[in-house]
Amino acid sequence: MFRYIVRRLLQMVLAFFGTTLIVYALMFAGQNDPIQALAGERPVTPAQRAYLTEKFHLDKTGVDGFFYRYFDYIKNLLQGDLGESLTGRSIGDILSAAWPVTAKLALIAIGVAVIFGVSAGVIAGMRRGSIFDNSTLVLTLLVLGVPTIVLAPLAQYLFGVKWQWFPATAGSDPSFYALLLPGIVLGSLSLATALRLTRTSVAESLRADYVRTAKSKGLKHRRIISVHVLRNSLIPVITFLGVELGNLMSGAIITEGVFNIPGVGFNLFRGIQTEDGPLVVGLVSVLVIIYLISNLIVDILYAVLDPRIRYE
Amino acid sequence: MSDFETVAAMENPAARPGPAGEQDAAAGKPAKVRSLAGDAWRDLRRNPIFWISLTLVALVSAMAAFPGLFTANDPQDCVLSRQHAGPSGGAIFGYDFQGCDTYARAVYGARASLIVGVCSAALTGLIAIVVGMLAGYFGHWVDAVISRVIDVVLGIPLLLAAIVLLKRISSDAPSVRIMAVVFVLAVLGWTTAARVVRSSVISAKEQDYVAAARMLGAGNGRIMWRHILPNSLAPAVVVLTIALGSFIAAEATLSFLGIGLKAPTISWGIDINTGRAHMRESALPLAVPSTFLALTVLAFIMLGDAIRDAFDPKLR
Repeated sequence: MFRYIVRRLLQMVLAFFGTTLIVYALMFAGQNDPIQALAGERPVTPAQRAYLTEKFHLDKTGVDGFFYRYFDYIKNLLQGDLGESLTGRSIGDILSAAWPVTAKLALIAIGVAVIFGVSAGVIAGMRRGSIFDNSTLVLTLLVLGVPTIVLAPLAQYLFGVKWQWFPATAGSDPSFYALLLPGIVLGSLSLATALRLTRTSVAESLRADYVRTAKSKGLKHRRIISVHVLRNSLIPVITFLGVELGNLMSGAIITEGVFNIPGVGFNLFRGIQTEDGPLVVGLVSVLVIIYLISNLIVDILYAVLDPRIRYE
Repeated sequence: MSDFETVAAMENPAARPGPAGEQDAAAGKPAKVRSLAGDAWRDLRRNPIFWISLTLVALVSAMAAFPGLFTANDPQDCVLSRQHAGPSGGAIFGYDFQGCDTYARAVYGARASLIVGVCSAALTGLIAIVVGMLAGYFGHWVDAVISRVIDVVLGIPLLLAAIVLLKRISSDAPSVRIMAVVFVLAVLGWTTAARVVRSSVISAKEQDYVAAARMLGAGNGRIMWRHILPNSLAPAVVVLTIALGSFIAAEATLSFLGIGLKAPTISWGIDINTGRAHMRESALPLAVPSTFLALTVLAFIMLGDAIRDAFDPKLR
């Protein structure tokens, strides 16, 4: 178990460096004149140029300089200093302002996915081939197949504009009710996958030998399902949901854009549109760390729940 | 003859000595070769979803290849005075924000989506087969390195990486942007297919015919190309069909965000973006490209699902 954890930690470190290097390279390598890009249309005096070159360590050129800047960035990152965006605002501030909104949205989405997805999946798994099973299969296929750029505006139009059950956009400092519709839209994709996963898992577990033994021992159906089947079939679902939480944190860019929610994804997209390199790299690095940590936790949880994994 | 058919021919009851075989031979019934592909085709033929999705795919392909057959109007013929005009004799679904015919734009938009989908699926398949084959066949450190690379690429969320990559391409020329989108989608999407190929190569490697070929003196290349590749393709083809649908959706998403294809290329994503911005004035410019996109993506995904269910021996 210990060796497994150590191995996973090493993999995580490797993946972290690989991903941040790729993102950093994409944003900063090959830029023609970053100082002029910073100033925009205005001319830059030699004194300003010297100051900015010193500040951003641009005096070292070539591959050497690139890696020097990259390691400088990683060092700052690990100390918690994300730097400033090109607009001068501290990235840490931007993140702390955008974070609670995205977290609320992600929690609503996961809540919807767990409550409706898992329970409907269990019922569908128990009654395979029934009308309920087939109709949920069709519905989840629609949700999985139809892209978010169709679902989100459709939901916004039907429930926000036409029937007005929810506010059409969320805006700054949104209330819980305003985040409900985007949360449901965001969660529907996770719901569909969780439902299918649970359904397959439960159906497979029901065919297992231990269920047959339990039935022949005379155990009540309810006890078989809740104590024996559920415990084994929920393992892949838990791991999926753990990974999904990391995914949702990466900012549901489309949903936040459509419903005008000032979360992490929205800021990230804005940073890319305005070519704000430091902001993009900062946000993506933090998101990658969160994604990797959630993957690590989920893998360890998986090993705890399923002893067969520990010994590989 | 591929190994599937060899095995199936050996299982042919008329060829096997025994009561069943002799009875059949005595009765003079023609022996039927039942292979996995034959069984799968029989199942597929009877599945209505397969035929529906196949028809939709054929329809969209026809729209992409010969848009003139589906509409007589020119999608670039935009007159601002017709802005948001309702359905009329000339335009079935009315006009959009710029005064262009919504239906004509949707029909012509199929071409860009299908080109991007097919090309990126093909490129993805190529990369996935090469990488998966190398990882599965050689094992040990090659497999370890490739698996770590797959982990790193999977660690980057698709949309974020695509945004960062596509932002570096400043050219607006249509062909350059299409190639850029195809390349970015393939580079980020090959991992799932590669894992599938890797696992089927690993299981194919254990088969007896590979050991026999090696004993006969076949080199690595020959074994990989003639023996393992044909037998590991089936699951990969299923994954690629489903991936085609998701690549079309991804291209539309990138165009929706404004970083994929740009005007004057006609794309469903661009139309959905403009339609959404003005949905309070008219819902049709949003609804029409959305429906086309949803039906196309669903058709490919259902096709891949139907093929996978037909080829899955566990469901028999």
